[in-house]
Amino acid sequence: MITVENLVKEFGTKRAVNGVSFTVQKGEVLGFLGPNGAGKSTTMRMLTGYMPPTSGKVSIGGREVTEDPIAAKKLVGYLPESAPSYSDMTVRGFLSFCAELRGLSGSARNDAIQRVAGLCFLENVLHQSVDTLSKGYKHRTCLAQALIHDPEVLVLDEPTDGLDPNQKHEVRQLIKRMGQTKAIIFSTHILEEVEACCSRAIIIDRGVVVANGTPEQLKLRARNAGSVTLRLTGAAAEAVRGKLSGLSLAGEVSLGADGSVVTARILPRDKNVGLELGRAIGDLALTERWKVEELHTEEGRLDDVFRAITTADTKKS
Amino acid sequence: MSESFRNIWTVTKRELSGLFASPVAYVFLVIFLLLLGFLTFSLGGFFERGQASLSESFFYWHPWVYLLLVPAVGMRLWAEERRQNTLELLLTMPIAPWHAIVGKFLASWLFLVLALVLTFPIVITVGRLGSPDYGSIISGYIGSALLAGSFLAVTELTSAMTRNQIISLIMALVVCFGLILCGFEPVTNLIQDTLGDTFVSLLRSLSTWYHFDAFKRGVVDFRDLLYFGSVTGFCLFTTSVVLRGVRGA
Repeated sequence: MITVENLVKEFGTKRAVNGVSFTVQKGEVLGFLGPNGAGKSTTMRMLTGYMPPTSGKVSIGGREVTEDPIAAKKLVGYLPESAPSYSDMTVRGFLSFCAELRGLSGSARNDAIQRVAGLCFLENVLHQSVDTLSKGYKHRTCLAQALIHDPEVLVLDEPTDGLDPNQKHEVRQLIKRMGQTKAIIFSTHILEEVEACCSRAIIIDRGVVVANGTPEQLKLRARNAGSVTLRLTGAAAEAVRGKLSGLSLAGEVSLGADGSVVTARILPRDKNVGLELGRAIGDLALTERWKVEELHTEEGRLDDVFRAITTADTKKS
Repeated sequence: MSESFRNIWTVTKRELSGLFASPVAYVFLVIFLLLLGFLTFSLGGFFERGQASLSESFFYWHPWVYLLLVPAVGMRLWAEERRQNTLELLLTMPIAPWHAIVGKFLASWLFLVLALVLTFPIVITVGRLGSPDYGSIISGYIGSALLAGSFLAVTELTSAMTRNQIISLIMALVVCFGLILCGFEPVTNLIQDTLGDTFVSLLRSLSTWYHFDAFKRGVVDFRDLLYFGSVTGFCLFTTSVVLRGVRGA
C-alpha cells in the first residue's frame, strides 16, 4: 500500500531525510523508530503530501503523492505530531468538518462520527468545545479525525503521546486490531510499544534507515542477545570455565565468584544458535552434577539495539 | 468542479461558524456600523451638504473604515492555522490548497458584505429626504464590496506569511494604506510637481482610492472591475505560493 523510494528532503544545506526506502503492505503495522530529529516527522509529512520531497518517490495505493495528491490523500488517515484540532469548534463540529472534507455527508457522516467517537472514547465530550478538553481528549479527537473515513492507510505520528497508561493500552490494541486490515505506519519513542503491536520496525537515524526487520530480528542484533547466564554452587570457578569453554556453541565466557556461588556468562559463538546454547549448558550441568540456581537465556532488548545502532552513528562523526 | 465547490463551501462554512461562535463578529459589526454612521453624519456632513447623494458623505469613508477593520477580520485566516498547527491537518485533507484559500476568503468576504448590507438605513434615509440616483448608490455598494475584497485578499496574503496575527495585521494595514495613499488627491497633488505627471498617473492607476472613485460616481467601468479582480486574484495566488513555502520549510 505504501511504497517509499529513495526519499530525500533538504532544508537549505541540511539533509533531514537522506535516501529512505521502505514498503508497507496491507495487514502490516510498521513501527518507525529513531531519536529526536532523526527525520521521522519529516518522512511522515512527505508520505501524507504535506511536504514536497526534494527527490524520491512516495506512492500510496499505486498513486504517486506528488503527481496525484488528492487521490493519494483520500486513502490516508493522518495524525500529525502535535495532534492539532480547531480549538474554537466542538468535538462533533470538528469531526463533522473533517468528514465533509473527506466527502462524507448526511447520515454517512453521522454514522462515521458515531463510529470514531466509540473507537476513541469521545462519546461523552462530543458537544464540548475542543479548547476545554484535556490533552488526552484533544489527542484522541485528532486520532478520531484520522479514522473518520475508515482509510486503508494510516500514518500516525506518536499516537500514544500524552495519553495515560490505560489510554495507551487502548490505542495500542486499536492499532493492532486495525493493522489486520490496513497498512499502518506509526512513529514512537516507546520501544515496548513496538513489541506490543508492530509486525515490523524501522530504525532511522540522521535521515538514514539503519535497521529494518521484525522486532524479533532486531532484538537479535543486541550485543547480549542469546547470551546465557548460569549461577551454580558446588564447583570451582576454573573447572566451570574449562567445561563451558569446551562447548562447541559457546564463545566468550566470563566468570564471577562470590564465596561458593559461581556466576558465568556465556556468549554464543554465533547469534543464530537461539536457545540451543542454553540447552547444551543445561545438559552439561546435569552430567557434571552442578547445583544450578539459575539458568537463563537473554532475549536481547530492543532499547539496547536502539542505543547501540543510533549512538554508534553519533560517535562516528 | 462540483467537488471543488463542495470543498470550498465546507471550508467557508467552518470559517463562518468559527467567526460567529465568538463575540468578535458581533463586536466588529457594531463598530463598523457606528464608525460609518459617525463619519457620515459628522465629518461627512450628510445633512449640511443638502444633497440626495451618498458618494461624498457615505462612500468617501469606506476605504478608511476598511483600512482599520478588514485587516482585523482577515489577520487570523492563516496565522492561526500556522500557530495551532492545523495547517498540516487542513493541507493533508484531500483538497487542493486553493480550495482552502478561496473558502477562507469567501467566508470573510461574505461577512464583510453582510456588514455592508446592514448599512441599508442610510439608503432609506437619503431616499426619504430627496430623490437620489439609485444607480450610483448601487454602483457605490458594488465598488465598496470589491474594495473590501481586495483589502481582504491583501490581509489573507500577509496572514499566510506569519504565525503571529498582530504582525499580519500591521503588514496588511501598511499595504492597504499604501494602496489608498497612492491615489489620494492630497498626496498625489503634493508629489505631482516633483515627480511629473506620467509617474503620478501610473501611481494613481495602482490605487484602490482612484478605482473606487469611479464606482462612487456611479460609473461601473470594466477597467475598475479588472483592477479589483486582479488585485484580489494576485493576492490569493501569492498566498498559495507562500503556503507552498511554509510547507517546504
